[in-house]
Amino acid sequence: MNDASLVKSVCMDADEIERSVTRIAHQILEANKGAENLALVGIVTRGDLLAKMLAHKIQEIEGVDVPLGKLDISFYRDDFATHFAPEVHSTDISFDIDGKTVVLVDDVLYTGRTIRAALDALMDIGRPAAVQLAVLVDRGHRELPIRADFVGKNVPSASDENVRLFLEEVDGISAVEILEIEPGKRAGSAPIKNNGGE
Amino acid sequence: MAFNHKHLIDITEYSADDIMTILETAKNFKQVNERRIKKVPTLKGFTVVNMFNEPSTRTRSSFEIAEKRLSADSLNFGGSSTATVKGESLVDTVKTLCSYKIDCIVVRDRWAGVPRKIADVSGVSVIDAGDGKHQHPTQALLDLYSIWEEKGDLAGLHVGVVGDIAHSRVCGSLIPALKIMGCEVTVVAPPTLLPARPDILGADHVTSNLDEALPELDVVYMLRIQRERFEGAPYPNLREYNLLYGLTEQRDKLLKPDACVCHPGPINRGVELDSFMADHPKRSIILDQVYAGVLVRMAALYLLLGGSNDGIDA
Repeated sequence: MNDASLVKSVCMDADEIERSVTRIAHQILEANKGAENLALVGIVTRGDLLAKMLAHKIQEIEGVDVPLGKLDISFYRDDFATHFAPEVHSTDISFDIDGKTVVLVDDVLYTGRTIRAALDALMDIGRPAAVQLAVLVDRGHRELPIRADFVGKNVPSASDENVRLFLEEVDGISAVEILEIEPGKRAGSAPIKNNGGE
Repeated sequence: MAFNHKHLIDITEYSADDIMTILETAKNFKQVNERRIKKVPTLKGFTVVNMFNEPSTRTRSSFEIAEKRLSADSLNFGGSSTATVKGESLVDTVKTLCSYKIDCIVVRDRWAGVPRKIADVSGVSVIDAGDGKHQHPTQALLDLYSIWEEKGDLAGLHVGVVGDIAHSRVCGSLIPALKIMGCEVTVVAPPTLLPARPDILGADHVTSNLDEALPELDVVYMLRIQRERFEGAPYPNLREYNLLYGLTEQRDKLLKPDACVCHPGPINRGVELDSFMADHPKRSIILDQVYAGVLVRMAALYLLLGGSNDGIDA
């Protein structure tokens, strides 16, 4: 990420992320009494990588390969009309989610709007028996009645800050950082539309 | 990704990056079209008017399907049911429609330039669904998409466009689009079916000998003989056309082993394309083109109506 915004602090390093993922994997297995009927669905573009890490952990702990999918929520966002057409990534859920306990995985839980969109997207794909939510970081500031079932770390943050996960696989380094938002940009993943086309 | 267009009227206004963005977005719409609930709420609250002032089957139906699968409300309008037959001018008709607070007009018209005029007076997004002998940009995009899916890449491919170049609006968008994407283009047509200045479209080679051109081609794009647009007789009869310019079973052996065959439809079987080639399980990607029509039209609507997304960090 060549982000020009200022790094204010690092709130999780690579080891902490690793330990959190391990703990969440154990909690998911404990809450669901094993890996049977379980499926992991990560929200692109960071949640899918976390879901993959969780799937590896669950494999190590239980010796079971849980079905793993990724979900793009571009078509379900609530800010399409007011902001912009977000870049579309691929959704890849190659198994039947009907009747499964689907654990949605995302990196940072903030307003809850991404999760609302992900739930709608999931319901259009099938009818899971239950949906649970696992996030690495909960930074507060919810705008919808949504909460996570499994949380890596609670990170109190201000709304003019951005909390971002970097992962070695794509960013060359693993960390959760608190960044200062540049003026004119919005926290989270949806900056204000640059109104150049109208 | 910085897609910054409001209209899709002239394909030459689009860069290779813009076109790739449309193709990539179209590809990601596949999963929506292949699941049980083939609909997303993205364009909820948007109203799209399909203004077809000329007959159309696949373009019109695929636009309508694309709009419905994106949850847009669509209004079908045009032909003899409109006020134009009562003498209303095009501009007045468009302004009337715009008073309903619509967001997009998809227009097909027998006159070139109508989509641009509508864009100038309406203020809403305009998509050209074919204007006269001028352009048909979404057709070119679905062709590019199908070829891209089949071949894995566009740059460096040698594409032959065969047949009625003079009357074809498909060519008006397809040949420039192929050039933008880095393809080599050979036009094959009887001299009577070439435009006065075939070089304007940007083809690298122009020939009237199909048998000489075929062995070089990775993609053979057969155009429909547009009998309804002819004045006079550009060739003696359909049988002679088939013998000289038709993609027949006999010509199969002239093709590269992995060459594929495209056609924008509707096919005149036995004229420009024999059934053997049209239905060839390995070569024909004609039905893939039809499916791609829904995908690229969904992508175009999504990107055009979503507006600018310059400088976002997704």
